[in-house]
Amino acid sequence: MKKEFQIISELIEVNKRVLDVGCGDGTLMKHLHDNKNIDIRGLEISKDNVQKCIAKGLPVIEGNAEKDLEQFPDSSFDYVILSQTLQAFYNPEKVINNLLRVANKAIVTIPNFGYWKVRIHLLLKGTMPITKNLPNEWFNTPNLHMCSIKDFVNFSKQKKFNLFRSLALHQEKVSEINKSNLNLKNFFSELGIFLIEK
Amino acid sequence: MNKIDKVKTFVIEKPIKLDCGKTISNFPVAYETYGKLNDKRDNAILAFHALSGDQFVAGINPITNKSGWWSYLVGPNKPVDTNKFFVICANVIGGCMGSYGPSSIDEKTNKKIGTNFPVITINDMVNVQYNLLDFFKIDKLYSVMGGSMGGMQVLQFVANFPNKTRTAIPIACTASHSAQNIALNELGRQAIMADANWKRGDYLNLENSPDKGLSVARMAAHITYLSKKGLQEKFGRKLQERDDLKFSFDADFQIESYLRHQGSAFVDRFDANSYLYITRAMDYFDLVKEYNGNLSSAFKGNKVKFFIISFTSDWLYPTSENKEIVIALNAAGADVGFIEIISDKGHDSFLLEVPEFLKSIKSFLEANY
Repeated sequence: MKKEFQIISELIEVNKRVLDVGCGDGTLMKHLHDNKNIDIRGLEISKDNVQKCIAKGLPVIEGNAEKDLEQFPDSSFDYVILSQTLQAFYNPEKVINNLLRVANKAIVTIPNFGYWKVRIHLLLKGTMPITKNLPNEWFNTPNLHMCSIKDFVNFSKQKKFNLFRSLALHQEKVSEINKSNLNLKNFFSELGIFLIEK
Repeated sequence: MNKIDKVKTFVIEKPIKLDCGKTISNFPVAYETYGKLNDKRDNAILAFHALSGDQFVAGINPITNKSGWWSYLVGPNKPVDTNKFFVICANVIGGCMGSYGPSSIDEKTNKKIGTNFPVITINDMVNVQYNLLDFFKIDKLYSVMGGSMGGMQVLQFVANFPNKTRTAIPIACTASHSAQNIALNELGRQAIMADANWKRGDYLNLENSPDKGLSVARMAAHITYLSKKGLQEKFGRKLQERDDLKFSFDADFQIESYLRHQGSAFVDRFDANSYLYITRAMDYFDLVKEYNGNLSSAFKGNKVKFFIISFTSDWLYPTSENKEIVIALNAAGADVGFIEIISDKGHDSFLLEVPEFLKSIKSFLEANY
């Protein structure tokens, strides 16, 4: 299992009720269910991935987070996870508000557009950056709203989302992001992981 | 009389109160089973049939000599593998394949019951079939599954007996029969009742049956089971064994001939009064109303694992109506999975060879057993 999922898993206490939005093939869901006794649910847009989740015995609902989060009642989960999907929504702010409606805590991860390799790619090659976390070309990327770690921190401040934990991931190494190291983390990290509380 | 006398039946002796207020007792329920009940008695699956179905889910139907209605899904080494699971299916009451229905004989008059049969509901069908658990000494089913009216029975079963099954698979169905579906059923009923042979349902004791009416009802219904695209691709404007239009009202087009065949084949195996009763039961189905406008309360505290399936081209029980069930289950905090299968085959998809559908059921049953 990838490091990102390990970190997410460590942020969640045992026996909680968790919704994984954009749960993919169910790898994280299965880990949480098997190792932390989590009452897990998944929402996934790809039919192939839904089939993979079903084959793992995981309760997954085929749907689009931008429309189908509405169906979950207020505070029906302890945690909601959104892994590297926020940038693909038309309205990320609305989605985060909805995440914080259905759960008290949201774990949101973003591929960092401020990562130095991304910056160098655009600076030197002059074409849209393609990296491990951003593998698509400009014309087929699902990402509508790319942002950097710094963008997300500023956005959260502006929208009054309470960032309870801010973590940076670079080559399997995790570190805390704070006011004094924000520019540095924004330059050297591939991924930002945020625990947002209501 | 005929082959129907040879189907397996068990008799429910105790009185069962129907929704209409009448009580019935000492009546037969026809059933069939596939596979073996294991020693732990935990591998039983109760399948519910749809409007025109019967208890012969798999293999060859001994009455019609055709394949069982769910033979793509159920059987040895099939997605619902009868080498592993014990599949039970009963003919609904009101039906005509051996269960108590309008074509049963009233012992007092020695005549067929006809429209003196009480109006039944999905709830009545389910409460009757619940007795199969006692009959087979099964404490808890592994699954209840069914499509269309079978799916409605799945929902009703779980609402009535939440602790009697581990999983539930309602397919291509609804929690509340829509105005459009009531209208389509009414069209079928009126076709039967407009047939001079119907005679207020007393035809069973007379010479002729309302075959024309039943056949038209079936033709109209059959169109609703398919999609526009599916029809266009299969038939288009192809002509039936002729090079050009005949300028007559014979079946010039293949689609006409196909529908006529569907109609006439149906009257050989189905009773017109049963068609009236069963469509009525579907129309009366409204689990939302039964739970005072809040469907989720039907599933509150439920530990059953649900898997809901819809089909893209099903306009009779569209994805939106299946999703209403998913939403209600989510609101109740139930364990629910949902997938919409891509298919051009319309509502009938659940009866046909649709690989993604078959795969999803197999995965679900294997992963949770």
